[in-house]
Amino acid sequence: MIAFWVLAIVVISSAVWTIAARKPVYSVVALLLNFAALAVLYVTLSAEFLAVIQIIVYSGAILVLFVFVIALLSSGVSPFATGPNRLPKIWLPAGIIVLTALALLVYAVSKAITIFPRSTGPVGTANVFGSVADFGTALFTVQLLPFEVTALILMVAVIGVITLGGEQMAESPAARRQEAKADRSMREAILREGYD
Amino acid sequence: MMAVPIGHYLALAAVMFFIGVIGVIVRRNPLVMLMSIELMFNSANLLFIAFARVWLQNAGQIFAFLVITVAAAEAAIGLAIIVTTFRPEKYVDVDEVRSLHG
Repeated sequence: MIAFWVLAIVVISSAVWTIAARKPVYSVVALLLNFAALAVLYVTLSAEFLAVIQIIVYSGAILVLFVFVIALLSSGVSPFATGPNRLPKIWLPAGIIVLTALALLVYAVSKAITIFPRSTGPVGTANVFGSVADFGTALFTVQLLPFEVTALILMVAVIGVITLGGEQMAESPAARRQEAKADRSMREAILREGYD
Repeated sequence: MMAVPIGHYLALAAVMFFIGVIGVIVRRNPLVMLMSIELMFNSANLLFIAFARVWLQNAGQIFAFLVITVAAAEAAIGLAIIVTTFRPEKYVDVDEVRSLHG
């Protein structure tokens, strides 16, 4: 119960911080805190596999994409033109807040393990609710259709992103020049070695 | 069985969802809007997993997994659109974009 309240406060405050932050980078940091707290909440709901997936996919992939795009959109400004950066004045309170949040999360996890004991069987055996074995068995047998739909969605996303990026590349004259040069050298190489 | 009643999870997910809605409505930065959408996805996920725990059915967890995949695809495509639509070194505001109006 305590774990839930602590996590709920972390989740809600970081969500508010996400939409209230002036700069998108701060929003990403707040969102990272939000996702981490949610992952701990998933552990308390005995969904360990999804907690790990949450950390890997959201914090590891999606947020890195966000940071990448932020860096790309602000790449015109050279960091060296603005002079050496110093730590901002708020580093001490910010560090204390971050460490406190981390300690709270660790505490919440330790409480969660005592609050929700395993209902059946020891950890690591099959058919325990929420275990990887249970999840995987369901994913590949009963719930096969959502799994296939997932594959389809990912393929559509890949095709869409390639289409969007391909348009941009075709528009830029530098890319076209590069392509023409590669094409020419390829043709020359073919002519040198002869057709077969 | 459960120390925390399901209503608490419902309330938390609802609060999170509406924070996301407010973010999409209020903020004009496309990146922050995408992050608000991620917040809404995650509130739905929280409910899926909470109800899966209540009824001990792992179908909820499978669908949370599906939602995570959809969110990843959405983030990839949304960020690709942002990169192709907005030029660097300019203030980004979704209201100034006209190229998607058809």
